[in-house]
Amino acid sequence: MYGFEAMTFNIHGGYLEAIVRGHRAGLLTAADYNNLCQCETLDDIKMHLSATDYGPYLQNEPSPLHTTTVVEKCTLKLVDEYKHMLCQATEPLSTFLEYITYGHMIDNVVLIVTGTLHERDVQELLEKCHPLGMFDSIATLAVAQNMRELYRLVLVDTPLAPYFSECITSEDLDDMNIEIMRNTLYKAYLEDFYKFCQKLGGATAEIMSDLLAFEADRRAVNITINSIGTELTRDDRRKLYSNFGLLYPYGHEELAVCEDIDQVRGAMEKYPPYQSIFSKLSYGESQMLDKAFYEEEVKRLCLAFEQQFHYGVFFAYMRLREQEIRNLMWISECVAQNQKSRVHDSVVFIF
Amino acid sequence: MRGETQRSAMDLLRSEPMQLVQLIIPVESAHCSISYLGDLGLFQFKDLNSEKSPFQRTYATQIKRCGEMARKLRFFKEQMTKAGLSPYARSAISDDVYLDNLEVKLGELEAELIEMNANNEKLQHSYNELIEYKLVVQKASEFFHSAQNHAAVKQREVEAHQSGEGSIDSPLLLEQEMVTDPSKQVKLGFVSGIIQREKSLAFERILFRATRGNVFLKQSAVEGPVTDPASGEKAEKNVFVVFYSGERVRNKIVKICEAFGANRYSFTEDLGKQFQIIAEVSGRIEELKTTIDVGLVHQINLLQTIACHFEQWSHLVKKEKSIYHTLNMLSIDVTRKCLVAEGWCPVFATNKIQNVLQHATVDSNSQIGTIFHVLQTKESPPTYFHTNKFTYAFQEIVDAYGIAKYQEANPGVFTIITFPFLFAVMFGDWGHGICLLLATSYFIIKEKKFSSQELGDITEMIFGGRYVIMMMAIFSIYTGLLYNEFFSVPFELFAPSAYGCRDPSCRDATTAGLVKVRATYPFGVDPKWHGTRSELPFLNSMKMKMSILLGVAQMNLGIILSYFNAKFYGNELNIWHQFLPQMIFLNSLFGYLSLLIVVKWCTGSQADLYHVMIYMFLSPTDDLGENQLFSGQKFLQILLLLAALVSVPWMLFPKPFLLKKQHDERHRGQSYALLETNLDDSDGTELHHGSSSHEEFQFSEIFVHQLIHTIEFVLGAVSNTASYLRLWALSLAHSELSSVFYDKVLLLAWGFNNITILIIGLIVFICATVGVLLVMETLSAFLHALRLHWVEFQGKFYEGEGYKFQPFSFASLGKEDE
Repeated sequence: MYGFEAMTFNIHGGYLEAIVRGHRAGLLTAADYNNLCQCETLDDIKMHLSATDYGPYLQNEPSPLHTTTVVEKCTLKLVDEYKHMLCQATEPLSTFLEYITYGHMIDNVVLIVTGTLHERDVQELLEKCHPLGMFDSIATLAVAQNMRELYRLVLVDTPLAPYFSECITSEDLDDMNIEIMRNTLYKAYLEDFYKFCQKLGGATAEIMSDLLAFEADRRAVNITINSIGTELTRDDRRKLYSNFGLLYPYGHEELAVCEDIDQVRGAMEKYPPYQSIFSKLSYGESQMLDKAFYEEEVKRLCLAFEQQFHYGVFFAYMRLREQEIRNLMWISECVAQNQKSRVHDSVVFIF
Repeated sequence: MRGETQRSAMDLLRSEPMQLVQLIIPVESAHCSISYLGDLGLFQFKDLNSEKSPFQRTYATQIKRCGEMARKLRFFKEQMTKAGLSPYARSAISDDVYLDNLEVKLGELEAELIEMNANNEKLQHSYNELIEYKLVVQKASEFFHSAQNHAAVKQREVEAHQSGEGSIDSPLLLEQEMVTDPSKQVKLGFVSGIIQREKSLAFERILFRATRGNVFLKQSAVEGPVTDPASGEKAEKNVFVVFYSGERVRNKIVKICEAFGANRYSFTEDLGKQFQIIAEVSGRIEELKTTIDVGLVHQINLLQTIACHFEQWSHLVKKEKSIYHTLNMLSIDVTRKCLVAEGWCPVFATNKIQNVLQHATVDSNSQIGTIFHVLQTKESPPTYFHTNKFTYAFQEIVDAYGIAKYQEANPGVFTIITFPFLFAVMFGDWGHGICLLLATSYFIIKEKKFSSQELGDITEMIFGGRYVIMMMAIFSIYTGLLYNEFFSVPFELFAPSAYGCRDPSCRDATTAGLVKVRATYPFGVDPKWHGTRSELPFLNSMKMKMSILLGVAQMNLGIILSYFNAKFYGNELNIWHQFLPQMIFLNSLFGYLSLLIVVKWCTGSQADLYHVMIYMFLSPTDDLGENQLFSGQKFLQILLLLAALVSVPWMLFPKPFLLKKQHDERHRGQSYALLETNLDDSDGTELHHGSSSHEEFQFSEIFVHQLIHTIEFVLGAVSNTASYLRLWALSLAHSELSSVFYDKVLLLAWGFNNITILIIGLIVFICATVGVLLVMETLSAFLHALRLHWVEFQGKFYEGEGYKFQPFSFASLGKEDE
């Protein structure tokens, strides 16, 4: 029903859209970041944040503050907001909201599995997991020895189960395997999410396919860069790219054969939207690429709020908040470690 | 300079004269001075550091310390609510508590409390663990016991089979199985523990999957909730025993148990040992219980001492925090010897403030006194009305529309009488008025009690407006007596009715009507009108005319106030080209109508006023005929019509052109004046003047603005007068509703001559009267009175573009934080 969402959207989605737009208004602004960047101690940061939406979550923290506490509390706020929205949501918005968390679920699975491989304490690992990606039997992941067991024991009960169809092997887990598993899962997840959004149709499909395509392309570039110089074959690399996005299919062919960063650059500069990202970087540099991508993503996410009557705002809001928490973490770390000169390196202003 | 005692009664009309003051406070007495000013509550500080972020300001560390203390206090409060204590409202007041001491004290208390909690938690943890252990041992021994019994029975059966050897149908395999030699039997291991019930299903499933079904799980539910040692929360739990074979499986099971947060407890098969364990555990549980109880008593004692001082401490912390916030608004001198404050204060408070500052200097042993220095400014000062508890609510009604501009005529003065009066015109019934008065006097009598306690949202609102409601009730009683309505029942209160029947039998009273037999009823409406056929036409005509009279009077008052405003601000233009034509326009049309109404009432003429008014416009030269009320009326009407017609362009054109002329003159004058002012020494102030008058003068904008104003006034004169007819409409609705309830409910029920029906009727009548007439009608009449004030009255003169005087005061501190 393209173009007619306005007639029916508000019946179920109106309240939540209002809520999410209200939450968005609480995002920190450039002025806030400027003030935060001038902070001398974590207490200053707390003091500044107490005037923002984070206030109630930080006010009862005893004074010698740690970066982890700040991040934890800020994440807690996001999780509370998410849970509230999920409680109020009806189909298909609730499914959409659940889709947003699958990425975290994959990360958590990978985190636990890697941690167990290196014989870390499970409780310690659980604390590091992102609360949005938690599921009931997550701790049991530690029991599994190989991919097949992982699937059979735990993941078959989770929404991730269908994504596993491509990576069930009986090989023992090792770092390489896990990384491939993560990317395979992510690929399957993105494709599934993409299909789901297409099924929803209308403005949601339009906006989400843009955002997801960007996400897929970014992952493709990252996979390529990270796999340069490893024993991953070209075909295997090719298999990890999601089957949609601006780069699909010809860009993928080119990326698959890249041997160094400049070749990646050459491949990417053929696509106008990515040209601007790469033009900011000097040749041979990949350090700042992450930030450049984040900045581009934030710009696109903010644009999602310009249109009404679609679900993209929920996705955009969650992503923007996560970016904000990353920023806060970076600022807090810099302040805590007295590295104030580096504060601006990785902070992405949202407004 | 005026003292407070000399202030005259009309002070409410103009807001207090304010002055911008600069204080130069030595650093050592700054804290003390601010604190005393906060006690006084008559000084509004300006933020001189608005460009600095909060943590860059001078006293950021102190604010952080206060925040930290506030956090500790919140922690205490939380602990107190957990322990079921509430802070004592009247706590021991001892003034000699200082911030530094308090900080240390709070820190100590917090540490003590945290340690105590940790100890208690530890004890509680082991206590809960022991309880779980006991449960596991008990339940598991039950499993084993029943399993052994079961096995014994089986054994006996097998033995019975064996004894009946030779029976052909005994299976061969079974026999073989039974006689396998013990050395070959696999020794089964087991893990026992306890798990939350909702997790138990998933637990079983995972166990099954992980071991490919090679385990035997036995579970049994524990009655009642069990406290989890780790989280300290109560949960429904299951005791389980898992049987397995092999070391690898054991490892897996242990891992799964950990993953599910299932607590494992070791267990022996030996019966004797089991009893021993249970006895031991029970003993330790008893011991722990007494220890925990002692700990709790100790903790409650500590919390009680905290509760004693809690209110005082939290008040002190709030006060200190606000002082430092204020100090942060001051700019610090380069030499760091003194702080410079700027802010507004009422002129009458100058002496008080100086006294207070002197006290502060003495009390803080400062060498240098604070300098109090009045600044000249073009900035518009804040608006401050000195209200008391009676006038406060009325001023709030006006403020809700907009805060008065500095020293603008304040409609609040008139609102005190006109608001309740207009309300009462719509709510005229002295029975209902008495009900309202009783309700509001309850609030007024219990005023002291209510003002100190927390009220609900709606109660708070009613309590805040208690004096407004009182005035409304008193006026309702007055208008009710005028309308002669008491729950729609007429009374002959002041004299017998003026009307009587034509003859003693009163046969034709309803057909031919009554005749006047006595002098006119002295006060209000004659009771005989009630219930007659001509009641409605009579009352409607009276109330309608009355509404118009009231409306025209109030609108005139509004326009006259605009004259006072113009005069006060020295704006000749507004007097001649706004006030005057407006007065003429309104009064030549509706003032004339009011005059006709009064003349008609006085002379008892039968003229049709609609006709007069309509034909005054349509054909002013026509003969009035029977509608003539006085001689020369036609001539007067033509005169008035012309005056009204002239006043419209008068309102529209001169003002913008004159403004333009003034502006041009000022500009031309300025080019000459520049030289002169250079000669004068007042160049500093002149600069200020210059910058403010250099605004862009756009003639078209001003003209359009004036056009809008004119149209608004001309149309508004008609529509606002019509708007006042709501007084009549609502009063009609009110009296009709109350008569419906009285006739159709109470009298109907009375007619049945049945006590039950009467009681039911009475209940319905009371509910309807209270619900509809007293609550809903009050609300609607209130809203309509509000509208008449905001739109019809204040629209004529009130700008309401000021901002409120918000002094730094400790008194308002408590309310803000709630």
